[in-house]
Amino acid sequence: MAENTITLAHGSGGRAMSQLIEDLFRCAFDNPWLNQGNDCAVMDSPPGRLVMATDSHVITPLFFPGGDIGSLAVHGTLNDVAMSGGKPISLSVAFILEEGFPLADLERIVRSMADAARQAGVPVVTGDTKVVPRGQADGVYITTTGLGRVSEGVNIAGSRARPGDAILVSGTLGDHGVAILSLRENLQFQTTLESDTAALHELVASMLAAVPDIHCLRDPTRGGLSCCLYELAQQSGVGMIIEEAQLPVREAVAGACELLGLDPLNVANEGKLVAICPGHQAQALLAALHHHPLGREAAIIGQVVEDAHGLVRLKTRYGGMRHVEWLAGEALPRIC
Amino acid sequence: MKHLSEYRDAGAVRQMAAAIAREVDAARYYRFMEFCGGHTHAIARDALAGLLPENLQFVHGPGCPVCVLPGERVDLAIALAQRPEVILCTYADTLRVPGSGGHTLLRARAQGADVRMVYATTDALQVARDHPDRQVVFFAIGFETTAPATAVALLQARDEALGNFSACCNHVLTPPAMRAVLSGDQESAPARVNGVIGPSHVSAIIGLEPYTFVAHELQTPLVVAGFEPLDVLQAVLMLVRQTHAGRCEVENQYTRVVSPQGNPKARALMDQVFLPRPSFAWRGLGRLPHSALGIADDFADLDAERRFPVQVVPVEDHPACQCAAVLRGQMEPRACRVFGRGCTPESPLGACMVSSEGACAAAYRYG
Repeated sequence: MAENTITLAHGSGGRAMSQLIEDLFRCAFDNPWLNQGNDCAVMDSPPGRLVMATDSHVITPLFFPGGDIGSLAVHGTLNDVAMSGGKPISLSVAFILEEGFPLADLERIVRSMADAARQAGVPVVTGDTKVVPRGQADGVYITTTGLGRVSEGVNIAGSRARPGDAILVSGTLGDHGVAILSLRENLQFQTTLESDTAALHELVASMLAAVPDIHCLRDPTRGGLSCCLYELAQQSGVGMIIEEAQLPVREAVAGACELLGLDPLNVANEGKLVAICPGHQAQALLAALHHHPLGREAAIIGQVVEDAHGLVRLKTRYGGMRHVEWLAGEALPRIC
Repeated sequence: MKHLSEYRDAGAVRQMAAAIAREVDAARYYRFMEFCGGHTHAIARDALAGLLPENLQFVHGPGCPVCVLPGERVDLAIALAQRPEVILCTYADTLRVPGSGGHTLLRARAQGADVRMVYATTDALQVARDHPDRQVVFFAIGFETTAPATAVALLQARDEALGNFSACCNHVLTPPAMRAVLSGDQESAPARVNGVIGPSHVSAIIGLEPYTFVAHELQTPLVVAGFEPLDVLQAVLMLVRQTHAGRCEVENQYTRVVSPQGNPKARALMDQVFLPRPSFAWRGLGRLPHSALGIADDFADLDAERRFPVQVVPVEDHPACQCAAVLRGQMEPRACRVFGRGCTPESPLGACMVSSEGACAAAYRYG
């Protein structure tokens, strides 16, 4: 039994840990930097500006339609790097494992991470593992850090939205959050939805090739589109108006949200981005998005306006206007 | 979802709004109360007030089950949840309602209480089956809409001899609250409204008869309406027409769900399991006679209040909070002295700010 689960010995620095690293991590991630067997990776530094981002991943359940915590941990950090307009170069990974965690599950997660990293063309060059006693963690937590390079002339920041700019999203909203909710133990409704988890840096590269002067990029993860837009509006000191009729939401997501009393605008995404660019370049950016498989359902959803209060408003499909809800805490479903 | 799209058709909604605008008399003033929090939410979410003439105003009623839950019942829930053997299951937005000292179930959970959010009573029963060594208390809230589900859960627990399951009953009744708000009582003056948009799902259970007093005794038109924008606007048009014709009737716009006699089977289940309480405290409305359900003596063994004797004392609403006036339709949320300052969805002073069905939370979120 003990052989099939993680024990405290796997984090002790001794032979069990070496074996885990050798058999599992090095084998799966296999690249020259990791294979040197040092506690760090030494790489040539690229010219220009560097971008660095880090993200910790905790999720229940660990495996879900469309992905798992492993692919999510790779995509999440690559996307944070990509939202600077940067091209990711390398990743590091740190695992916190709970004593008793099934080795088979860890293997599945690590292989999924390795596949995601390979598909993205970004090596996992260094890492760390710790094991905590049973009951002091929930299975596995994964922290990844990404390093990337930002090309000359790219200047993307949350503070650059200007009145007259157009707001675009790269695809349908809320797929990840609803796919996860559908699996939670007390919520087993049938859906055919998959998480949208995906690495977006190649999509970003093709967007920048079409419109180099993109002002803002952000991935609407936790808190969904609404929190993402509020953050950008506050950072830039502008207002935003989005149009309900233009928001891409799958029928299954709309239906699940309806049932649960949630708003798709507040539900998490893991493979979508929000882009803000000068209004006259919106159509060119939309065309670039549509041209890429991850942007096929992209849409222009609204525009940046002057507003000292940084409010995000929504024009309803009926022509009325209201504020977009800015979540205070966790989105809790409504009764009724 | 497809069946809903026709009630959300933008063209149809605009046409209905235009029809209302054509019929409304510019020289008159129309105040229509939507009783139900579901309507409050829908009106805010779809920004319906902005589609209508300015002399037609929605007045928000007290029909948000989370909002009217008084502090002492929240204290009771917290006291139950803090017992080491108890797993307390409840519907989601109950977790944020403040009890005495602003304490919430959410905070109790952070401090170690085992509080779980459920979507249905069947989930709570399953928790009891999965944890035979623990006591599972379903903290039941809601109007007549959710009460039958609690009744079914208690019958099911009895059938299965599920000895570790019980319910703490906080179900409240619509007609007494409607009477208190519309006709006023010793605590407060009546809400002066020209018509009432009647509850959707509550009416599917209780039917239309219980509203007769509104039309006949209180001389106020009432139209039971669905939750979709087209439903709400059609109900408004029906109320405008009753007003102009000088009629005071109970009408049913929501015929696709509500039948005049309601759901007798669901009511029979409620009659079997529950007994009206002599009186019950409502946040903002005070104690109202025969306004809530307790668990009948035949089911006393499944009543958490009798299984775990917990003493709680009445909790006064925060002195600065004006929820009472808001819940009674006498004050617009923004007119409250603490709206958006001391009282926000992050740290609600009053319960109207807790649930998105609460009038203040809807006004704060949707502007």
